[in-house]
Amino acid sequence: MAGIEEKAPGFALGTISDLVGLARKASMWPVTMGLACCAIEMMATGGARFDISRFGMEVFRASPRHADVMIVSGRLSQKMAPVVRQVYDQMAGPKWVISMGACASSGGMFNNYAIVQGCDHIVPVDIYLPGCPPRPEMLLHAILELHEQVKNTPLGLDRVKAARAVEAAALAAVPVQAQKGLLA
Amino acid sequence: MAEEKKSSTSSGPSGIGRALSELLAPVAGFGVTFSNMFRPAVTEQYPFVKHPTAPRYHGRHQLNRYPDGLEKCIGCELCAWACPADAIFVEGGDNTPDGQYSPGERYGRVYQINYLRCIFCGLCIEACPTRALTMGNDFELAGPTREGLIFTKEDLLAPLKEGMLAAPHPMVEGTTDGDYYRGDVTAPTSAQVDWVAEQRPEDPTLEAAGRAAASDTSGPSARKGAK
Repeated sequence: MAGIEEKAPGFALGTISDLVGLARKASMWPVTMGLACCAIEMMATGGARFDISRFGMEVFRASPRHADVMIVSGRLSQKMAPVVRQVYDQMAGPKWVISMGACASSGGMFNNYAIVQGCDHIVPVDIYLPGCPPRPEMLLHAILELHEQVKNTPLGLDRVKAARAVEAAALAAVPVQAQKGLLA
Repeated sequence: MAEEKKSSTSSGPSGIGRALSELLAPVAGFGVTFSNMFRPAVTEQYPFVKHPTAPRYHGRHQLNRYPDGLEKCIGCELCAWACPADAIFVEGGDNTPDGQYSPGERYGRVYQINYLRCIFCGLCIEACPTRALTMGNDFELAGPTREGLIFTKEDLLAPLKEGMLAAPHPMVEGTTDGDYYRGDVTAPTSAQVDWVAEQRPEDPTLEAAGRAAASDTSGPSARKGAK
């Protein structure tokens, strides 16, 4: 299988997907989706001390049409869920979702009828971030994890292949209800 | 606006002074901006320069061990009962002569913390009767799946320090779990090392534990010899 790609210098191996990934990760604009106390930490991350603009994300857009990433920060109530879904639907693709904090990720300590038990019930989440609320460094860490993920997103035919591989793996996996492990 | 003009014409400085103040008026609004330019930047360069957290910051949990390598967790589930978010799942198991994981009768067979529920309040730490569960300062926990953020016992258990003997192995001879709790056990004994060498000859902690057992002078077995 030794081809020209093994002899080529490193810079020549850069592909379109690398370039696109770099461009996408370097200017992700978040949509303003502050729902509760986590939003305060999100705002702090946008402030001077933690300065999210070091990663090209300082522009919190009020319009979902201008945004690439939604940081669901705070508990998501049943009443708010359709609104969040609508904002997500209005965002132009490609789009990503960070579930910030325990409540947005799983309902947290609010296991009751008013709170959606995790915002992944209504939107596909790329990164889950624990904490109550997470400190700004934790949010930055999650954002950098997401950047890594976005940078390595395959494009075109590779993307179709990757999606098929994920689907095949999911079909072959043991369903959650059949996973027993150490639990009796 | 109109009032301002009237007052400046009636009682303001006259002539050249007034002209100067009108010239500088737009600049004066930038006073805060200009003065901030000469102050040091407050921005923390987080991923590149990591500032330590406060010493008692509530970070990731850790399940501790006694100095001879036995686990401190006794599987009592008090942490799970204390947890306001129901983030902890514990299932105790019985210690047997062949599988002694912690001093006493019981040990935590299954231990899981769901970090997507955990609110890092520290009530589990306060509830723990053997100080098995503590919190570190580690906060970088983000992950791409919900399953991945349920930490199991392997993730939470403190790594074996130099000189600790990997569990399971019998307790130090002639001690109770109370002696362990009071800190009387300071290192594995040679009897424990021999037991592990017989049961699991390829255990990687054997060598260091053997050295620690030989050099330990303050343990209960050493003191018993002195008496």
